[in-house]
Amino acid sequence: MSDQLVYAMEVFLNGLMAGVLYALVALGFVLIYKASGIFNYAQGVMALFAALTLVGIMDGQVPFAHLINAMFGTELHHFGWHLPAVVAILGTAAVMVLLSWMVQKFVFRHLVGQEPIILFMATIGLAYFLEGFGDIMWGSDIKKLDVGLPQGINAWIDNVTFNIFDYGFFIDNLDIVATVIAAILVFSLVLFSQYTKQGRAMRAVADDHQAALSVGINLNFIWVMVWSLAGFVALVAGIMWGTKSGVQFSLSLIALKALPVLMLGGFTSIPGAIVGGLIIGVGEKLFEFAIGPMVGGATENWFAYVLALIFLVFRPQGLFGEKIIERV
Amino acid sequence: MFYREAGDFKTTYKDDNQTFPIKFDRYRYYFVLFVAFALIPFMLNDYWVNAIFMPFLIYSIAAIGLNILVGYCGQVSLGTGGFMAVGAYACYKFMTGIDIWLGGVQYALPPINIFFSVILAGLVTAIVGALFGLPSLRIKGFYLAVATLAAQFFLVWLFNKWEWAYNFSASGQINAPERGIFGVNVTGPNVDAWAKYLFCLVILTICAVVARNLTRGSVGRKWMAIRDMDIAAEIIGVNPLKAKLSAFAVSSFFIGISGALFFSVYLGAVEVGEAFGINKSFLVLFMVIIGGLGSIFGSFAGAAFLVLLPVLLKNVLVGGLGWPTDLAAHLEFLIVGALIIAFLIAEPHGLAQLWRVAKEKLRLWPFPH
Amino acid sequence: MSNEGYVTADGRKIGGTVMEMKNITLRFGGVKAITDISFDIKQGEIRAIIGPNGAGKSSMLNVISGFYVPQEGEVWYKGSRRPQMRPYEVAQQGIARTFQNIALFEGMTVLDNVMTGRLNHMKTGLFSQAIWKGKAEQEEVANREVVEKVIDFLEIQAIRKTPVSRLPYGLKKRVELARALAAEPSILLLDEPMAGMNVEEKEDMSRFILDVNDEFGTTICLIEHDMGVVMDLSDRVVVMDYGKKIGDGSPDEVRNNQAVIDAYLGVSHD
Repeated sequence: MSDQLVYAMEVFLNGLMAGVLYALVALGFVLIYKASGIFNYAQGVMALFAALTLVGIMDGQVPFAHLINAMFGTELHHFGWHLPAVVAILGTAAVMVLLSWMVQKFVFRHLVGQEPIILFMATIGLAYFLEGFGDIMWGSDIKKLDVGLPQGINAWIDNVTFNIFDYGFFIDNLDIVATVIAAILVFSLVLFSQYTKQGRAMRAVADDHQAALSVGINLNFIWVMVWSLAGFVALVAGIMWGTKSGVQFSLSLIALKALPVLMLGGFTSIPGAIVGGLIIGVGEKLFEFAIGPMVGGATENWFAYVLALIFLVFRPQGLFGEKIIERV
Repeated sequence: MFYREAGDFKTTYKDDNQTFPIKFDRYRYYFVLFVAFALIPFMLNDYWVNAIFMPFLIYSIAAIGLNILVGYCGQVSLGTGGFMAVGAYACYKFMTGIDIWLGGVQYALPPINIFFSVILAGLVTAIVGALFGLPSLRIKGFYLAVATLAAQFFLVWLFNKWEWAYNFSASGQINAPERGIFGVNVTGPNVDAWAKYLFCLVILTICAVVARNLTRGSVGRKWMAIRDMDIAAEIIGVNPLKAKLSAFAVSSFFIGISGALFFSVYLGAVEVGEAFGINKSFLVLFMVIIGGLGSIFGSFAGAAFLVLLPVLLKNVLVGGLGWPTDLAAHLEFLIVGALIIAFLIAEPHGLAQLWRVAKEKLRLWPFPH
Repeated sequence: MSNEGYVTADGRKIGGTVMEMKNITLRFGGVKAITDISFDIKQGEIRAIIGPNGAGKSSMLNVISGFYVPQEGEVWYKGSRRPQMRPYEVAQQGIARTFQNIALFEGMTVLDNVMTGRLNHMKTGLFSQAIWKGKAEQEEVANREVVEKVIDFLEIQAIRKTPVSRLPYGLKKRVELARALAAEPSILLLDEPMAGMNVEEKEDMSRFILDVNDEFGTTICLIEHDMGVVMDLSDRVVVMDYGKKIGDGSPDEVRNNQAVIDAYLGVSHD
C-alpha cells in the first residue's frame, strides 16, 4: 500500500474524531431547534461559557474578580480551593440550568410568536452577551482544563497500525473518549425523548406549540428543560474542546463549524447532526490533506461552509430533512 | 406647533413622491446637509475625525448596503466582512495599478484616480456579491445566513493566500499609497482631517441618495415584495432570481465602497483577518438591527449608535474611572448583546421606528386629540 | 369545443376562447389532485369553478397561474400552446390573481402594494432608477395615475398610505383585488374572493367583480363556495369533485345536473 494512502487513512480517522466534536455542538442546536424553532447561534458560546465556568469553579476563582477589583480597588483572585472535577461539573451543570431559566425568562418569553429570523438574531445578541459576560466573570486569559480525561497518543492503535502498515497512526486518546461519550449522550437523549413523560411532552411541543399547550403541557418548563439539556450538551462539548486546545475565545469560533454540519444534516435530525459532523470532519481534513498544500493551506477555515453551501443548492432540505413543499 | 402637514397640499404625484413630503422635514434635511458640508469641516481635529467621523461615515455606507439586502429584500447575510475585504483589495489594486501576466508578458494598467478606484472597487464587489447571492434562489432564511458565512470565511482566506492581491508584499498587508483628488491628498500619511472627512461625506451622500432612489421605485418594491412574501411576489410577476441578485449586487456595491474607504482613507494599512473578520459582519448587522430594518435613516442611526457607544464607554470607564481597557472591551460586548436583545424585544424596527413615533407625537403636539 | 362566442342571458357579447385547459392531470406524489380535466375560458366572461372542499379547485387555479406544473395536459393561451413557464412569466403574459389566504405584502402601504401590481409595466433599469430624476420618475408618475384610478374604483382612497398590516380582513381582500386589477390583466383569477365575509361585504365584492367585468371587459375566472353568489355572478360554471370534472355549463344547466346534485347533497352508495 502506498504511503499516501496510509496517510490518507490516518487523516480520515482523525477527521472522524474531529467530526464527533462538531456533531456534539450540533446536537445542542438540534435539541433547541426541534423544541422551540429557535436557531440558537449562541450554542458555541454556551460551550465556551460552560468550559470557563468549569475551570473557574475547579480552580476556585472569584467570579467577577476583575470587575470588583476595578470598582473597589481590591485584590481578589482565588478562594484558594481546588475542587474535584465531578463536583465542579455538577456545579457547572447547575449554572447552565440557571442560565437556561434566565434566557427563557428574560429573552425568549418576550419573543414568542416572532419570526424565526428575529429569534435567530436575538441568539446572536445572546452570543455577544454571553461572551462578554463570561469574560467579565472569569477573565479572558487562556485557561488549561484538565478533568482527568486520558490524553496523548493511543499506544494500542499505534502498535497495531505499525504492524500492518509499517506506520503508526496518531490517534489521540481524548478523541476516542469523546467518541464514546458522544455515543452515550446521543443514546441516552434518544431514550429520554422516546420513553419518558418529559421526553414525550418535548416531542409534542416540537410538533405544535399550541396543541401541546392545550393538552396541559407546561411550555415554559419544557423550554427551560430543553435549553438546560442543550446547556449540558454544551458543557460536554466544552470539556472535550477545552481539554484539547485550552479554554479560550477561539473555541466559540470552532463551534461555528456546527452550523454547516447542521445545514448538511438538516436542522431537525439527530442522526443528521452526527452524520453531518462526520462528513464535515472527514471532508475538511481530507481536503486539507489533498488540496491544501497546493493553495497555501488553512482550507479548514472555509471548506465546511463552502461544502454545505454547494450541497444545499442541490438539496435545500439537507440530508435528512423533510422535503419542503411550498404552498400559496 | 411648528411641525405640521396640514395646509401642505400636494397637487402632483411628483410632489407626493418626494423623500421629505413634509416641509419641516425638508428644511431640516437641508440644514443637516449645510452643517455637514459647510460647518463641520472647519471645526475638525484629528481625534474627532479618526475616532468618530470616519468610522461613522464609512459604517453608514456599509449599513445602508446591508440594509438593502436584509431590511428591504429580507435576505440575511453574515458575509459583510468578506465583501468589505473585496472592496478594500480591489481598491488597492486599482489605485496601485493592476498588472496581469499573460503568456509571460506583463500588462499593467496605470494607477486609477482614488475616487474612481473606490467606485470600481464597489462594482467588483457587486459582481462577487451577486455570485455569492446565486444560492439565495434555492436557500432561504437562516440556511442562507449560514451559507453567507462561506463567503465570509472563503474571501478572508483568499486574500490571505493570494499574493497577487496584496502585490506580493512580504508582510501580507496592503498599504494605501499617497493619492489625492483635485490636488488634495485623501489617502496616505499626509492627509488633512477635513479632506478625509469631505471625501467620505461626498461618497456617503451619493450612496444615500442612490439607495433612497432605488428603494422608492419599482426595484425597491420588487425587493420588498420578495421580503414580505416571496411566493406571492413571484406569482404577481417578480422574477425572484433577478430581484435577489440585484439586491445582492447593489448591497455589495455599497459594502465594497465602504470596505475600500475603510482601508484606503481610514486605516491606511490593513491585514485582512484582523480588519474584515467575522466580527465586522456582526457589527454591521447590529447597526442595521438597532438602527431599523428597512430604513435608510435607520442605517445612519445604527452606525452612529454603535460607533459612539464604545467611544463613550472607553471615555467613561477607562478615562473617567480608570478601569483596564480589556474590561471595558468585554463590557462593550455584554452591553451590545443586551441591547440587540432589548431592541428585538421592545422595538424590532429599531431607532428609526422610535424616531417615527416621536414625529407622530410631535405632529399632534400640543393637542393630541 | 367551439371557439365562438355567445351572448349571455343579460345580453353581453362574449368573445372567442382566450384560455383552454386540455386534459390536465396533476399529481402530488401518489395523490391525484386533478384528473383529466378540460375546459375553456372565453373573452369577457365570468367563469366560475365550484366544487366541495378538496375537489381540486385551488390546484386548478394554481395550474393556470403556473405555480403547479401538471404532469399531463396542455394549457392553451391566446391561440398557442403555453410552454412550461415560471409563475412570474405567466404573470407577465397578463394573468393576475388573488389568493385564498390573503397574500399582501404586509410590510408595505396600501399604495405600495397596489403599485406592485404595475411592476410588469415598469421597465426602467437599475441605473435610471438610481438617478431617479427623468425616466424613472416619469414612469413612476405615469403608473401612479393608473393605480389611482384603480384605487378610486375600489373606493380605498382613504387608506392609501396605511400600512397593510393595520387593515381589517375585508379591506385587505379589496386591496388584493386592487393589486391584481392594477396589472390590467387579460385574465383575472379570483381564489375565493368572498371567503370569510359578511353579507354586506359580499355584496360589495360582488358589485366590484361585476363592475370590473363590465367596465374594463376583464375576463374573470373565480372559485367560490357561496352557491348563491356563484349562480348570480357567473356566465358559465365548471363543477369539480374529487379532482374530476362532473359538470360544465350555464348556471341553470349546472343546477339541474344530476351528478352535481349528487356531489353536493351526497348519494347513497348501494
